[in-house]
Amino acid sequence: MYVSPVREPLISGEKSYSKVTEDIYAPMTGKPGKLWFGGLTLALIALGFGLFSIFITVWDGIGTWGLDRTIGWGWGITNFVWWVGIGHAGTFISAILLLFRQKWRTSINRSAEAMTIFAVMCAGLFPLIHMGRLPLGFFIFPYPNTRDVWVNFNSPLLWDVFAISTYLTVSLLFWYMGLIPDIGTIRDRLKNGIQKKIYAFLSFGWTGSARHWARHESMSLILAGLAAPLVLSVHTIVSFDFATSVIPGWHTTIFPPYFVSGAVFSGFAMVLTLMIITRKAINLEDYITKAHLESMNKIIIATGSIVGIAYITELFIAWYSGVVYEQYAFVNRAFGPYWWAYWIMMTCNVITPQLFWIKKIRRSFAATFVISIFVNIGMWFERFVIIVTSLHRDFLPSSWSMYSPTWVEVGIYIGTFGLFFTLFFLFIRFFPVIAIAEVKSVLKTSSEKFIKKGK
Amino acid sequence: MQEKAFVSGYYLDDKDLVEGIRALQEKDIEIADVRTPFPVHGLDKVLKYRRSRLPRAGFVAGAFGAAIGFGFQAWVFTEAWPLNFGGKPFLSVPSFIPVTFELTVLMAAFALVFGFLISSKLGPGADNVIFDEEVTNDRFQILLEVSNGNSEQLQSELQSAGAEGVKHHDV
Repeated sequence: MYVSPVREPLISGEKSYSKVTEDIYAPMTGKPGKLWFGGLTLALIALGFGLFSIFITVWDGIGTWGLDRTIGWGWGITNFVWWVGIGHAGTFISAILLLFRQKWRTSINRSAEAMTIFAVMCAGLFPLIHMGRLPLGFFIFPYPNTRDVWVNFNSPLLWDVFAISTYLTVSLLFWYMGLIPDIGTIRDRLKNGIQKKIYAFLSFGWTGSARHWARHESMSLILAGLAAPLVLSVHTIVSFDFATSVIPGWHTTIFPPYFVSGAVFSGFAMVLTLMIITRKAINLEDYITKAHLESMNKIIIATGSIVGIAYITELFIAWYSGVVYEQYAFVNRAFGPYWWAYWIMMTCNVITPQLFWIKKIRRSFAATFVISIFVNIGMWFERFVIIVTSLHRDFLPSSWSMYSPTWVEVGIYIGTFGLFFTLFFLFIRFFPVIAIAEVKSVLKTSSEKFIKKGK
Repeated sequence: MQEKAFVSGYYLDDKDLVEGIRALQEKDIEIADVRTPFPVHGLDKVLKYRRSRLPRAGFVAGAFGAAIGFGFQAWVFTEAWPLNFGGKPFLSVPSFIPVTFELTVLMAAFALVFGFLISSKLGPGADNVIFDEEVTNDRFQILLEVSNGNSEQLQSELQSAGAEGVKHHDV
């Protein structure tokens, strides 16, 4: 096979097919380290605290939160939008990059998609809790009922229900279908015993038959084709929650593309933060290389710049519209009582990603790690700014108010971190973190061994 | 179940596998199955498999999802429970699009995934015979079905087609 000598190898080291299996299977064998147990314990403590906070919210009522009549959406919805945003990287990587035939996707799609699923689970919790009565959560689905009413299909909040549940389901199916060949690989590495039986069950009887592969390929391609617009639709619909309202600062047509790029931006940042630690912790440095880092950082520059342009466009349009309410909303964001949130957002989202124009920085793991954390913080503040600063100064100055979260709201947020990391720690222990079969399929065109031979 | 027997041989490279298959095909030997650790590009054409009907199943299910999604919303807001939103039309097509789209994707995805699992006879609890556990690692295996006790002959055919580790399996 012809390999261009200018292409940087995506898999370094002299890897054969069986070496790939061995390397990716290795972290699943032996006793888990102290780091893993420590991390899992910490995550479980956070999860427990979150559950306690949810209990307090349900038991005592929503009055335990810092919301009031002016500010009806605080940390709850901020965190919801933030987590959904983070959940946009995985399916973006596995669907859109599959359609664009980006080979570097093979090393990161599995774990990124796992993060997507976990993040969407965390996100879904917030609207449920926000509704106040958890056991009545099923009211959001259209089902025949004795009250003879239906849900309101004209409401963006209901579109959210459909978008997010579809997104979670399709991502889960896509992820699991990609996993079964690799679970088959794990099953065949294990000697007899209960573990082998469990993996045999989870592998759905995978044999590696050429017929199955042909169908698997055709299914994956079409699923990717469906998932690509789905990813874009989810945050578009989340942005409709704001854009279809009449609140100055929310009622803008720029929201859908701006939210989608912000979502991919924050999602990639979260994937980078975690992958940089994971590759070190479980020795996958040969599979997640500087070439991967650079490709991901390029997408961060692109989406980060779109977000930056959107901020400036918003300001310009507020001025250009001539609407005093709109103008005031933006002046208030930048120079009102929440000015610090606005400037944290601006610094973290507009300035820091521009550092990636420098090649040395975008190829440095340490620098990327730091910048990715800045982006995560910045994107959280973006949602906070959009929600809280737009609401806190109402049309009537008599109802102006200030908002700060109570420990219960903070506790629920910490709890979602607990949930996310508990699932993530279990995932890296019990499932192959890198798509084994997919990496093998690009070995001949993208690994160091074959590129050298090609010369 | 009927007793069956197979002969297997493996290759360590996908290129050798394809050459081996071609050699067997020239002698008109029927290949029962080929098993590989990853999808080998173009293998389905070499083996002359029919094009998968999954895309069609996905399209039909997607169209069904779209029809159900749109039809149901239209029925709710014109027949079952018409609500007046500031004098806007009951049949407000643009606001039905998001839910229609989501249902289209959902139904198509279900059809693709379950279609794949059912047509491949894969699923929780499926107990397929695995002839060589190294197939999911680095071996590309050809399986030939034995009929009328021609096992020996098939084994030598596989060997002459360049296969390694030729073996007989009773199922």
